[in-house]
Amino acid sequence: MQVQMRVRRYNPEKQSKPWWGEYTLQNVNRTDTVLDLLHRVKWEIDGTLALRRSCGHGVCGSDAMRINGANALACKTLVSRLAAAGEPNVQIQVEPLLGLAVQKDLIVNMEPFFEHYRSVLPFMVNNDPVPADGRERLQSPEDRARFDDTTKCILCAACTSSCPSFWANDKYVGPAAIVQAHRFIFDSRDQATSERLQVVGDTFGVWRCRTIFNCTNACPRDIEVTRAIAEVKVALTTGEV
Amino acid sequence: MPQVHIHQHDAIIVGAGGAGLMAALYASKNANVAVVSKLYPTRSHTGAAQGGISAALGNVEEDRWEWHAFDTVKGSDYLADQDAVDVLCKEAIDAVIELEHMGLPFDRFPNGKISQRRFGGHTNNETKKPVQRACHAADRTGHMILQTLYQQCIKNKVNFFDEFHVVDLIRVGDAVAGVVALEIATGDFHIFHGKAVMFATGGWGRCWEVTSNAHSLTGDGAAICFRQGVPMEDMEFFQFHPTGIYKLGILITEGVRGEGGILLNGKGERFMEKYAPTIKDLASRDVVSRAIFLELRDGNGVNGQNYVHLDVTPATVNKYFELAGETRRITREDIEQKLPDIADFTRTYLGVDPVEEPMPIQPTAHYAMGGIPTNVDAQVLANAQGNVITGLYAAGEVACVSVHGANRLGTNSLVDLVVFGRRAGMHIAANVANMTLPALPKDAAAPVIAEFERIRTNKGQAKPYELRNRMQKTMTDNVGVFRTAESMASAQEELKQLRHEYLTNIVIDDKGNQFNTDLLEAWELGCLLELAEVTAFSAYNRTESRGGHAREDYPNRDDQNWLKHTFCRKEGDRFHLDYKPVTILRYQPKERVY
Repeated sequence: MQVQMRVRRYNPEKQSKPWWGEYTLQNVNRTDTVLDLLHRVKWEIDGTLALRRSCGHGVCGSDAMRINGANALACKTLVSRLAAAGEPNVQIQVEPLLGLAVQKDLIVNMEPFFEHYRSVLPFMVNNDPVPADGRERLQSPEDRARFDDTTKCILCAACTSSCPSFWANDKYVGPAAIVQAHRFIFDSRDQATSERLQVVGDTFGVWRCRTIFNCTNACPRDIEVTRAIAEVKVALTTGEV
Repeated sequence: MPQVHIHQHDAIIVGAGGAGLMAALYASKNANVAVVSKLYPTRSHTGAAQGGISAALGNVEEDRWEWHAFDTVKGSDYLADQDAVDVLCKEAIDAVIELEHMGLPFDRFPNGKISQRRFGGHTNNETKKPVQRACHAADRTGHMILQTLYQQCIKNKVNFFDEFHVVDLIRVGDAVAGVVALEIATGDFHIFHGKAVMFATGGWGRCWEVTSNAHSLTGDGAAICFRQGVPMEDMEFFQFHPTGIYKLGILITEGVRGEGGILLNGKGERFMEKYAPTIKDLASRDVVSRAIFLELRDGNGVNGQNYVHLDVTPATVNKYFELAGETRRITREDIEQKLPDIADFTRTYLGVDPVEEPMPIQPTAHYAMGGIPTNVDAQVLANAQGNVITGLYAAGEVACVSVHGANRLGTNSLVDLVVFGRRAGMHIAANVANMTLPALPKDAAAPVIAEFERIRTNKGQAKPYELRNRMQKTMTDNVGVFRTAESMASAQEELKQLRHEYLTNIVIDDKGNQFNTDLLEAWELGCLLELAEVTAFSAYNRTESRGGHAREDYPNRDDQNWLKHTFCRKEGDRFHLDYKPVTILRYQPKERVY
């Protein structure tokens, strides 16, 4: 099949404003990923196209972008998901994530995103001495399951940059940071729940969430982001985790 | 000459995967450390590791670190250094416990202890049966290790330089004085001046066509060191993992077979019964990859295609459990719970639901057993005699201690990077105060800046991706699962031609400075070409078959002549080989059967 790629381009070294690059690719397979197509554009047509990518199979979180208007990982989005079966000619539109400053083409500034991540104390705090036998701290499978969903996060920013509350005010910590807070708040081994709840209970914390579900739809790891945020809200309201 | 920014730190750690982060945590306790990585740390490929990290915790059945050590030595086809293997397997226990204390969310047994599963080549040495040794967090153990270590680095305020691409090592006499990096966002060059430099930059699976490795795994650290006179050890040993997704190479963890998954050929035969009668589908990776290759060559692929099936559907798995007289059974829910990411991969990329139908798989280039030679403190060796380069360290996949010898056991990569990453960090912390800071040579960044200018401005015809495709094709066809003198000679000829074109005829489109990934990809290709040549040359000269190096013209292992490590270095334009004896302690080489 033939694919018409429409890619949002911007190189601040050369251009004063963004533009659309149009590229025609022949012999595209329905099993090709959008990353495959972007690679073909970069390698076969225009090497100046800039994007981040690494693992190529949805676990490193480098290549989150807006594909046909919705956030996704380019390496996990197959042409078959964007084109009806038997369609001989398809247009695919690719843009950088919204809400983070574009640095070049599909590359956005991730620093504000990681700053929010760091603000929720995204690390285990347990000041008890380690078990006397020198072995692991025990945790029941049920306690472990309590936060399993939020351990899957790969920090790709697809959720945060799909959130209208974040677009409206980028001081909002955003869904990804709350997911990280959730991962520790509900870990039976962690002892910094109150500090963390204080951060996410702040003016720019969970109450900015309007339960729009964009984050859940955008998550390439199928994390129930909106549910995680709701669980943090409940913990704040009831004081119980 | 553009302005070069200068930074000064006690130690510079290059790469922010498991080994780099572990080293950073320990070194930072006593030294001013900079972690410099071309990726954001959480993008590192440690995060793609799936099935587990082995340690003889004995949480569910008897296990001993000595058994783990024997399995590792046997898996290595007796090429691993047994003193280093002892360190690996003994310290694995403590390292896994430390990861748990750091917060790593391991899966748990009902009694609250860390859950362990079976993995290829890991056995109870007395019964010879597979043992539950691999500690895991679902099938994303590497992801959890990477996240946990990064979290701890944030907690401990480790100093990161993200998206700074290290492109050269600064050597002064028999010591090092730092590295040169290109800041990806601006194109500016930076010198990180320090007493100690550690490379933890991972492997170079991108030398081959079908690989489980990230696009960014281009062997930068190894190539940089090699260009600065550091020898490369055992480069002929590269692991082809038996179960990559057909055509894509994405890894399907051995944990699938650990949970009971079975390999079936096009005739529906469980062919591993022929090749490894005792532990069958859970034989070492090199054994299983060769078996698949031979089945495919004999026309036993599925539907005449170049793949076999990996079947983890409950009906098939339970049938074979029953045949083996085992009482355990698996359910659909077990698969969803224990192998969620695998299920997601095959559903996403193949439209295959592993709960309902078998997965098409083929061997995929996976892991470099060889690399920068080090001792057990991760200090880099200058030569086969074992002299150390002062201040230079390496750990993780880029290094060769050697604990993997000719073939790495599953899960031991994660063990390697936490154990030796930690030892590197400890050694740096203990010694950096007593080390002197060498003066920076004048214009230390000039040679590599000149090379970047050459690539940027060269007016040739060859696009980097075309050269890369040709390299990947010749390495796959000629230096793959099986090799011959003829195939490797032809690879060497092609690689020489490719090097010539790279040096004279390359052209790129992007002439700018900011985020010039066109330029960096071209430079990375130079690293891959360098390592491909070392691999082909080292492999050509080893006239035996051992572990991951399988020669059709020399099908047997030859301990008489080849129980030794290859050291390859470059003098001018020519490669030169040295050899280093293998350290044998308790386990005398014997025939390797599974």
